[in-house]
Amino acid sequence: MHLEKLFTPKLRKTILKRLNKLIDVHPFSLGRYKKRKNLQEELKYLNEHHYNNCIDYKYIVDAIGYNRIKTNNLEQYPFLHVDIFKEYDLKSIKENKIFKIMNSSGTSGANTSKIYIDKENAKIQTKILKTIVSDFIGKSRMPMLIIDSESTVKIRGKFSARAAGIVGFSIFGKDHTFALNDQLELNVKVLKNFFQKYTKQSVLVFGFTYLIWEKFIEQLNRNNIKLPKLNGFLIHGGGWKKLIEKKIDNTTFKKKVEDTIGIENSINYYGMIEQTGSIYLECKYGFLHTSIFSDIIIRRPDYSLCSQKEKGIVQTISLLPTSYPGHNLISDDLGEIIAEDNCKCGRLGKTFLIHGRISKSELRGCSDTID
Amino acid sequence: MTRSINIRNVKIISGEDIINARHNPPFEKLVISFLDDLSKDIRRLKDSSIYPDLITFSFWCRKSNINKLKMKYSNLKHRLGRGLIFHIAPSNVPLNFGYTFIFGLLSGNANIIKIPSNYFPQNEILIYLINHLFKKEKYQELKKTNAFLQYPQKNSITKYLSSACDVRIIWGGDSTIEKIRSFPIPIRSMDLSFADRVSVCLIDSDQLKIQNESSLDRLIKLFFNDTFIMDQNACSSPKLILWRGKSKNVRIKNRFWEKLSDYAKNKIELDFSIANRKYLKFCETILQLKNIIKFQSYDNFISRLSLESLPKDIDKYFGNSGFFFEYDIKNLNDINHILNPKYQTMTYFGVEKEIIVSFIEKLNVNAFDRVVPLGSALEIELTWDGYDMIRSLTRQVTIY
Repeated sequence: MHLEKLFTPKLRKTILKRLNKLIDVHPFSLGRYKKRKNLQEELKYLNEHHYNNCIDYKYIVDAIGYNRIKTNNLEQYPFLHVDIFKEYDLKSIKENKIFKIMNSSGTSGANTSKIYIDKENAKIQTKILKTIVSDFIGKSRMPMLIIDSESTVKIRGKFSARAAGIVGFSIFGKDHTFALNDQLELNVKVLKNFFQKYTKQSVLVFGFTYLIWEKFIEQLNRNNIKLPKLNGFLIHGGGWKKLIEKKIDNTTFKKKVEDTIGIENSINYYGMIEQTGSIYLECKYGFLHTSIFSDIIIRRPDYSLCSQKEKGIVQTISLLPTSYPGHNLISDDLGEIIAEDNCKCGRLGKTFLIHGRISKSELRGCSDTID
Repeated sequence: MTRSINIRNVKIISGEDIINARHNPPFEKLVISFLDDLSKDIRRLKDSSIYPDLITFSFWCRKSNINKLKMKYSNLKHRLGRGLIFHIAPSNVPLNFGYTFIFGLLSGNANIIKIPSNYFPQNEILIYLINHLFKKEKYQELKKTNAFLQYPQKNSITKYLSSACDVRIIWGGDSTIEKIRSFPIPIRSMDLSFADRVSVCLIDSDQLKIQNESSLDRLIKLFFNDTFIMDQNACSSPKLILWRGKSKNVRIKNRFWEKLSDYAKNKIELDFSIANRKYLKFCETILQLKNIIKFQSYDNFISRLSLESLPKDIDKYFGNSGFFFEYDIKNLNDINHILNPKYQTMTYFGVEKEIIVSFIEKLNVNAFDRVVPLGSALEIELTWDGYDMIRSLTRQVTIY
């Protein structure tokens, strides 16, 4: 790669142009060598773009010793810890270009991340979400049941992870119907209506994993609400923390969904607000898949690389973030790579599993007496 | 009539449910013999050898060491235990409850010790062995005057015990101390609180440079013990390294850190959350102090931040698990502006301690209660945080 090319002020335009071209390529069609070559090039552009446009990003990657000229290796590119967006406003666009600010869910009461999105970035997120998801559920819009309340998306000014998920996925649906009221209780009347109306065609049910379980499936069963069976897809994400506490695994989840509402295709996804768009969906064999717009690297505590099927810290790569430096992040999630380019479902790319959060270990030392 | 306290409704790990106050002279024969038996029992137990801190503890409480500590006191005449000590031990330092227990015993007092509910195998072993000794006829008196309790954060119990003690010892956590202080103690009673502290290490690079390979290796090992044994989270583990000597001694400093990193890699098992937390802390610190960091290096074992100048509030940025700031000084007065009562220990290498002592004596702030050679940061002494435990936990009867 020529360095002069990297310094062009039109770098972002180049990145977006190349991304838009990539959208014409099937998202799971590139073999590992081609994909890697492509990722390495695109990421180098992204590194350079953020380096020149986000001063805090520059400070950090300089500090960890990133050599912008010599480093061409995917695994050696600098990554930020995902929580850096909680303390710092990192963005690579001018103030007046901000289109929306997305916030992480922050259920634990801690600070929430602030992700700065401009129009171009938002557009790309939608386009790429579309190409990835339609490979799993097809292109036509289906009647969509959202397991959440309408107020979640209606609160102006704040754009939560839940709202982002709903709005993002709404492009795959029509007749969008919210299953829960503002108190997150079942909207039985609305539900009955939806189930009766769409018994004959495929529908899309969407929501956060724990809401689907706690506020939908459990409630339907507990209150013995009988509904006609549905066909189609259920897409859910947002983490298993609350379900693990209840000892509910993916298999149990799927079975209970099928028993309760009839849908056989429950698709879990892994994604984060910091990398909206380039999400990872689970194929029918139960594995999450990287696309040509994303990658997963698993690291040991010393950040050396894990082998396949070795559990470690999940690093996630996305080619989409251009308005904020979130293209290469290390998360607090634990995961493992299962294989590459040989899933029975036919999609190329890495297949992987997520095993929840890394457990927060307590430091020894004279810090506190409170148990 | 002997004063006593009833703790029937609490989970008693060891000792009895009615504890009598005790007002004995310090360094009693009975106590020294009890501690020596405890020391022998620890070393006799095969399981102990897995826990170096337990072994250290056993050497610390053996007779010869206690007598050595006693030698430092020239005059303890007419001193008597204050009565009943209520100890609140920290939840994240294994065996601290054992040391605070000994402080209370050696000064002639009865003790009620709240031990952490966090599980530490070495704590279990120690409690087991203490219980075993309490069964012996000759230690019945100690059994009646000492109890180890475990209870979840329950204000009513802490409140009750506070209201009945002669001294309350609170180990660490500024917020804990503040909270516990809201429970009154009797008018004539007193608190000893061990608050959050920070520590520094002073090294002369000229002296470091002339060390041969093996003594350099020994120093690295000592420094490692000062810092990594407790995840660099002990109050006395240095967070800021002050370099004296020619500023050109860059190579020896680099070697020091490289060797430390290599040593740490072989010695410690990093865990996922510590690694990630440290990396995040490093990135955040870079952004917070970007204007004054002249050099930095990072691996998941050692993160090193060289400062061009020392901000007044540098202690707010201190980290742990191998997170070091360093700063070149010409003389100790270069750190005057950062000092506050939080600064506890200065470990040193290659510097005459007289220089440090005369520096501290001229300070007009309560900084530094301890000056010890590099490698001794975590050593427990009868004087801690500036308090002489024996004298603080006894009263002096004036007779003439």
